[in-house]
Amino acid sequence: MSDVTAIPDLRAREAARKAPRPSAWTDHPLAQLTLVRFLEFIREPEALFWVFIFPILLAAGLGIAFRNRPADVLKIAAVTPQLAQSLRNEKLLDVAQLPTGAAEEALRTGKVALLAIPGPSGSVVYKYDDTNPEGRTARMLADRAVQRAAGRVDPVASTDQLLREPGSRYIDFLIPGLLGMNLMGSAIWGMGFAIVDARRKKLMKRLVATPMPRHYFLLSFLLSRLLMLVVEVGVVLGFGAVVFGVPVRGSIVDLVLLCVLASMSFSALGLLIASRARTIEAASGLMNSVMMPMWIVSGVFFSSQRFPDFVQPIIHALPLTAAIDALRMNMLQGAGVAQIGPQMGVLGVWLIVCFALALKLFRWR
Amino acid sequence: MGAALEVHNLRKVYKDVVAVDGLDLQVRLGECFGLLGPNGAGKTTTIEICEGLIAADSGEVEMLGMRWDSDASQLRQRLGIQLQDTQLAEKLTVFETVRLFRSFYHAGPSPMDAIGLVQLEEKQKSRVGTLSGGQKQRLAMACALVGDPEFLFLDEPTTGLDPQARRQLWELIEEFKLAGRTILLTTHYMDEAERLCDRVAIMDHGKIIALGTPRELIASIGVEHVVEFSAGGASKALTVSALGEIEGVREVKSENGSVQLQVTELHRAVPALLAELDRQGLPLTELRTHSASLEDVFVTLTGRRLRDE
Repeated sequence: MSDVTAIPDLRAREAARKAPRPSAWTDHPLAQLTLVRFLEFIREPEALFWVFIFPILLAAGLGIAFRNRPADVLKIAAVTPQLAQSLRNEKLLDVAQLPTGAAEEALRTGKVALLAIPGPSGSVVYKYDDTNPEGRTARMLADRAVQRAAGRVDPVASTDQLLREPGSRYIDFLIPGLLGMNLMGSAIWGMGFAIVDARRKKLMKRLVATPMPRHYFLLSFLLSRLLMLVVEVGVVLGFGAVVFGVPVRGSIVDLVLLCVLASMSFSALGLLIASRARTIEAASGLMNSVMMPMWIVSGVFFSSQRFPDFVQPIIHALPLTAAIDALRMNMLQGAGVAQIGPQMGVLGVWLIVCFALALKLFRWR
Repeated sequence: MGAALEVHNLRKVYKDVVAVDGLDLQVRLGECFGLLGPNGAGKTTTIEICEGLIAADSGEVEMLGMRWDSDASQLRQRLGIQLQDTQLAEKLTVFETVRLFRSFYHAGPSPMDAIGLVQLEEKQKSRVGTLSGGQKQRLAMACALVGDPEFLFLDEPTTGLDPQARRQLWELIEEFKLAGRTILLTTHYMDEAERLCDRVAIMDHGKIIALGTPRELIASIGVEHVVEFSAGGASKALTVSALGEIEGVREVKSENGSVQLQVTELHRAVPALLAELDRQGLPLTELRTHSASLEDVFVTLTGRRLRDE
């Protein structure tokens, strides 16, 4: 070090004065800030896992757990061989022939849904619990089998057409929900942690001490969010389409627009959450308390309609509910922009209100 | 030369602590000015007000003939700032970090040249998280230099560094001085201020208590040398009062069996001291002398040491 003189420094300054202002778009502060944000994100393996791998694992797990199975076979019991014989013609019934005492016991303990007993003069008595849907179904199936065995002929011929097409299964309901949840999580976590971390390490203060325009700093978060959005949405939708055949019936342009709007609203919410917090602990507490209720009530895993009527207006005003409802309408029902207008309005209001509040409250030091 | 920075009657109060208490300050163009003082003296608050990062409660700051409330964006282009304990993003490389900072300035060296200025060329592809403390400080310096600033703020640039890394950084700062930049530097290391600064202001409790070149300040306390010694054993005590009579001794301090004398003429005082100890019949067990330093100035002015070691 000691052999270094002032000469190179002087020379560098001289050269710098002559050098023109950088003009390539990649040298623009906004491009640099966005690039840096993106690099920092992809160099964080945990973040990659939560944003890309976790939703796929969740979708795969739930998709397998709730896969469509053939209709269940109902267990019933008959006390005479003749009755059992007649009933066995029905494929949807699993008939056990039991002595009366054992059969009564099986019915009481729920091992069988129905018990068929011969009544006086060739009639049949069905014993079952009519508050149990299985019992009622078993009653219908058993009676049909007994009547047919006795020679009844149906006057109208009928055939079955089974409806198991994409769009009405649980996985079809689930994928838009997961997509909405993912949009919210990555936006809020992505904004929250990065901003609070920069504030805690005084990096934000250092940036503010440069000529960097402050709104570029915030804008770079939104832009890098858009970059990531392409991948996030692509991963979840692609997985759903390839593995489970989940459809996208609405227009792709509408879907993209919706995802961008939803992501921006959640980012604004994340910005608001991170606008004052000085520690990661304070920020994660806030983020969880904002997101947790929405995971539960906004219809990610089950319909939000299951909550009582009087809370429905509140649930529908939440950004995650609006995002998921609109995603489901677009993907499953092929709804256009006009039909998802109310939901987009809700997202827009969240975007504007949160962003304005965040700008007002933001702590730069 | 004109003033690069003029501060008048600056005041800043945090809740119930007066951080800066009616401070006046003038930094001339092209000089390296040191703001010296113990932790909590108000150095960082003062420098951050001058950097336009915090607002003063009252008082005026004029930087390069401009003011923060009207010319902030122009000023920012012309200042290089190094803050105390900023942690740059660990996942980025040295080059990426400097390139980011370069993008904020209209003019200045290329990122590679700026990295060259602080001699981090070999580390340009390394992640910031893998750098040593000294290398991180040099990177922070590159980020401060990348806009080719006229005025450089360095807030405790060597705090927490090992001696070798400190010397490397001093050499860098000396180069910037030669390159004609004005520097305002805070430190609580006396040797750092003596070596680097043309003028020094000593701060305590939010006020400047002494101002001048390091030489002037040291001369102002009227002593040139400090003699420290220990003498005798448990058997016989030293008669301290007799030491004050020795020719050229200004002040005597006794602390834990070690005695400190502030003297003007070392060559007369030391033989006289030896003779006095001989007269009292005490053997000398330890003897040290050093030239008076800024540390002694601070101790003389406040009765306290600069750092609690």
